Amino acid sequence: MMVADTIALHYWRRVRRLTLALLLLWFAITFGVIFFARELAGVVVLGWPVPFYMASQGAMLIYLLIIGTYALAMKKIDAQAQRQSQAQANHEA
Amino acid sequence: MKPEHFPRLLARYFGLYTIGFGMLLLALSVLEQEGVPRFWLGYLFLFTTIVVYAFIGVFSRTADVTEYYVAGRRVPAVFNGMATAADWISTASFIGLAGGLYLQGFDGLAYIMGWTGGYCLVALLIAPYLRKFGQYTLPDFLAARYAGRSGSNTVRILAVAATLIISFTYVVAQIYGVGLITSRFTGIDFSVGIFLGLASILVCSFLGGMRAITWTQIAQYIIIIVAFMIPVMWLSAKQTGVPVPQIAYGSAVAKLTVKEKELAVDPKEQQVRALFRERAAQYDQRIAALPKSWDEGRAEARRNLQDLQTGNASLIEIKAASRALADYPKSPEEAKRVWLAAGAADLARAQPPYLHTEPFPGPDAATSDIKRNNFLALVFCLMLGTAALPHLLVRSYTTPSVSESRVSVFWALFFIMLLYTALPALAVMVKLDLYTSLVGSDFTHLPGWVTYWANIDKLRPMISIMDINNDGLVQLAEIAIDGDMIVLATPEIAGLPYVISALIAAGALAAALSTADGLLLTISSALSHDTYFKMVDPAASSQKRVTISKLLLLVVALLAAYTASFRSGDILSLVSAAFSLAASTLFPALVLGIFWKRANQQGAIAGMLTGFIVCVLYMLLANPALGGATANQWFHIAPVSAGVFGVPAGFAAMCIATLLTPPPDEDVVKLIHQLRSP
Repeated sequence: MMVADTIALHYWRRVRRLTLALLLLWFAITFGVIFFARELAGVVVLGWPVPFYMASQGAMLIYLLIIGTYALAMKKIDAQAQRQSQAQANHEA
Repeated sequence: MKPEHFPRLLARYFGLYTIGFGMLLLALSVLEQEGVPRFWLGYLFLFTTIVVYAFIGVFSRTADVTEYYVAGRRVPAVFNGMATAADWISTASFIGLAGGLYLQGFDGLAYIMGWTGGYCLVALLIAPYLRKFGQYTLPDFLAARYAGRSGSNTVRILAVAATLIISFTYVVAQIYGVGLITSRFTGIDFSVGIFLGLASILVCSFLGGMRAITWTQIAQYIIIIVAFMIPVMWLSAKQTGVPVPQIAYGSAVAKLTVKEKELAVDPKEQQVRALFRERAAQYDQRIAALPKSWDEGRAEARRNLQDLQTGNASLIEIKAASRALADYPKSPEEAKRVWLAAGAADLARAQPPYLHTEPFPGPDAATSDIKRNNFLALVFCLMLGTAALPHLLVRSYTTPSVSESRVSVFWALFFIMLLYTALPALAVMVKLDLYTSLVGSDFTHLPGWVTYWANIDKLRPMISIMDINNDGLVQLAEIAIDGDMIVLATPEIAGLPYVISALIAAGALAAALSTADGLLLTISSALSHDTYFKMVDPAASSQKRVTISKLLLLVVALLAAYTASFRSGDILSLVSAAFSLAASTLFPALVLGIFWKRANQQGAIAGMLTGFIVCVLYMLLANPALGGATANQWFHIAPVSAGVFGVPAGFAAMCIATLLTPPPDEDVVKLIHQLRSP
């Protein structure tokens, strides 16, 4: 059984990993697409030039997705940590 | 009342409110059909909405500290998100942004990306931890996290100062917007408009603090989004046959690109551009011949006036000539400045327009690179600034739990997106409409809205169309348009009745008021809670704390209105400066405070000071309006993005100072562990 400190440490490691992964996605979408906007300008999908679409709508949708994923994943991680400390409390009792 | 019933109750209230608002709209459109004059509709609309806000404000009055500062921490995530969105959508978003997108095309999208992408940082790095901390203000958090042996007041004072400077800049811009809207739509004088708006801001936030502001902001969000979407959806249906602008404007983008390419090579357009180039060349010649040309010009203006007065000229001609003489530069130095500006303006109008969707257009690769770098820098500053704005972050304290604070950021971005995805669509659709129906039309048959908006402010006309090449037809190069007009004139461009214009005004007013409410409360909390209660009189009763906060709110509001009445600067640039400042000063301390255990008080102080100083210095150095010069720019980065230098400077100073000094105390380490635990 894990002790309280290990549970907290484990929890924090998972939170950090999730945060980092989502931040990387955020960074790539924001700065990657803009940096290469000129190179991508010729690509047209359904009447939209890709960089224009990304900057005016696509990026925002991905941002919303990032935040939604984070909120849901954190709910799961929180619940798991709760279960672990519950189990530990039972074990001690 | 059980907490689980609360969201349902709120939904019912605001549902009824929305229906009521729809009925008001219907009633006013019936009145318009009956022939009630325009300005009465404007009055009715603006005042009814203000009375509603005031009613909510008075209804939610409170003297309880937790209710007053953080709305009792029981605002459900969806509603907190909606209130955050109203907090966020300022006059700059509602009026300025669409205009910026119209004028700048792709490059204007930096604002759209920056002002939404920042929410990722808020959600991932800051909001849940602030909620976990669970106090009242942003300085509260920084002071507790960076407490040291010498107490925590130094950090608190710095955080308070930063909060005051950032929020005050921002609130002045909002009050300026209120004055602009009320004076445009009711004909009231600008300064009277400011104080009227101020009165309505005060009724909301004065009595009820955060609690009143939250419920008012939700009501205001509903008005903002209805006011914006009705004309935009109408325009979309008219142009593309589909009333969902976000989806439909793809076809408008394609049509616009074709039209832009046509206009770029149109012979008549080229003729007008050649005329502008000629004018610019004439200015150059006159500048080269200074000071002789200044004498000659003045003599000629005098002679011209005399000839008209002795001859048989009409009164209008004489008036124009005497105004020309009065406006003539007073000295050769002034002449040089004025003519340089005028020549540059003419030269700019001589350029063929760039494609709306083309990223970073420019004559050569170097110019284009500079534009790209500025786009990236601006996005960076706006995003990090978003994640450090005190009035926004205080919203993370108002949710019932940590988990709800994460969900709340999701809803905030969702509600903001409803508007922000429609803004670029509006810019494209208005552009297409003007390019196809206004360009090429006869000068004798200009649409009514052109004359209306051209005459509303004679000194700085919102739109001016001059027949430069005397062919009796409108060319694109002959139109000069002020971006702020785009949203305000959309109902008329779409051919909607006046009541929709009044609705837009009510929406713009709601946007300005809701943001100003949140900002004023943040300022007064920084003064009353952080300064008075935490540093001057920690024994003050809660009654006294709330009373002092209310008084300070009044003082700050008056001061902001007084500053706004000078009418300086444009809304968008004022607001953008606040973002760079927030990013440079507060972002490093906030993020490192949570994610770097070692960060200590000395580091935070060094980081905040360095970030702030670098940011302000760069603005002073590179902004001509503040006494700097464009030539001083580093890497050709515009002063508005000063945060691009301030943030790394702040981070670096914070790291260095931290590592040179001992690690934080045990209490602080305990706090960090608590923030990081589930």
